[in-house]
Amino acid sequence: MTSERPTTLLAELTHRCPLHCPYCSNPLDLLRADREISTDDWKRTISQARELGVLQLGLSGGEPLIRKDLEELAAHARRLGLYSTLVTSGLGLTRKRAEALKEAGLEHIQISVQDSDTTSAERIAGTSSVKQKRAAIAIVRELGFAFSINVVLHRGNLDRIGEIIDLAASLGADRLELANTQYYGWGLKNRATLMPTREQVTRAKGIAEEAMRRHKGRMQIIFVLPDYFEDRPKACYGGWGRFYIVVGPDGSALPCHGAYALPNLTLPNVRDHSIDWIWHESPAFQAFRGNAWMKEPCVSCPMQAATFAGCRCQALALTGDATNPDPVCTLSPHRHLIDEAVADNAAPLTYEYRDFVIEPQGA
Amino acid sequence: MSLTADSIPRLWRLARLDYDPARQRPVLLYPEGAVLLNDTGKAILELVDGCRSVADIAAILGERYGTDVSADVTEYLSRLETRELIQ
Repeated sequence: MTSERPTTLLAELTHRCPLHCPYCSNPLDLLRADREISTDDWKRTISQARELGVLQLGLSGGEPLIRKDLEELAAHARRLGLYSTLVTSGLGLTRKRAEALKEAGLEHIQISVQDSDTTSAERIAGTSSVKQKRAAIAIVRELGFAFSINVVLHRGNLDRIGEIIDLAASLGADRLELANTQYYGWGLKNRATLMPTREQVTRAKGIAEEAMRRHKGRMQIIFVLPDYFEDRPKACYGGWGRFYIVVGPDGSALPCHGAYALPNLTLPNVRDHSIDWIWHESPAFQAFRGNAWMKEPCVSCPMQAATFAGCRCQALALTGDATNPDPVCTLSPHRHLIDEAVADNAAPLTYEYRDFVIEPQGA
Repeated sequence: MSLTADSIPRLWRLARLDYDPARQRPVLLYPEGAVLLNDTGKAILELVDGCRSVADIAAILGERYGTDVSADVTEYLSRLETRELIQ
């Protein structure tokens, strides 16, 4: 049991997406449309999450606009008092749908931008998309939505961070999330291609911090240093099963979007169980709560309460054991794996695009 | 502190005040975040309308509570200003 209540439900409505970004946070084993749960399943899930204490709803994917019931789900969430964010590529956000979402009471739209340079942006997305994104952004602004731009940063665009910030300001973003690539799933597959140099990261940090001051009061800028370049791990999702519930397209419930990859973790499904049971009782949400599962040096570490030993998915992906300390930590016996990955940054910019490919098991 | 008695605070366009029935607390909601409020915080934020100054808000609450709350109001709003929730 936990006394804490979740704050955020991330609803990954679908894995279908017109883009093929090589750092996609969806699992390698993408689910097709026939595995997606129904509108009623989602409405029940959202209601139960709200009863449990969820305040924020992320309507995400894949591309959530592919779901025809998006407006109905947004309206349902608004009636319950949730603050909802549509996390979208912008592709498919026609005026008609944007107006319907406004009518439904959706408050916040976050549109991804891949780069300030069109050629590079479309190479990253793996498809022509910039023109459609600009059109969607104009509609979002015109209808008065709260509007964020999200940019995933990596070696191929980090040198243009200044131009990217200028572009976001000129597009009228209320908020700009500059998110350095996280190396799970697709991102890990493309790590050597995405990995920035230390010089790039240092320069980008300086530019971002200066821009934060310059745009204060007009555009909020969020810049998070990539964890590979830190000495201590980040508290992934604020700690396992403490704030977040992620529900995938097929109704699987996870404490973080990377947890699909964890072995021996039986994911509860919203078609079989209530959100209350999933949060309080399911073995998956209990698995890494507290510190009973931790190893040294985490068990006796004074930072344990702030980092929760870091990310389980990263520990698994890089060390082969999800209960190991996150190898980002310089106290981890596996830190050399991070240092080696940081040094491995010379691969040509040819991405392995996200797509519906069946991965061999264990690959 | 960046806010003074003469500053006219307004809530970030992306934030709204609401009530959280599960925790039975007032709450300030904004993209990707929330601040659970106590009754004092709620009383202050309800008076933030983009017209009243910090001094006006402090005067109204001072009268309501029968004590000088100027420093508390300025400090509270400044803290939210640092987080860009108040502008």
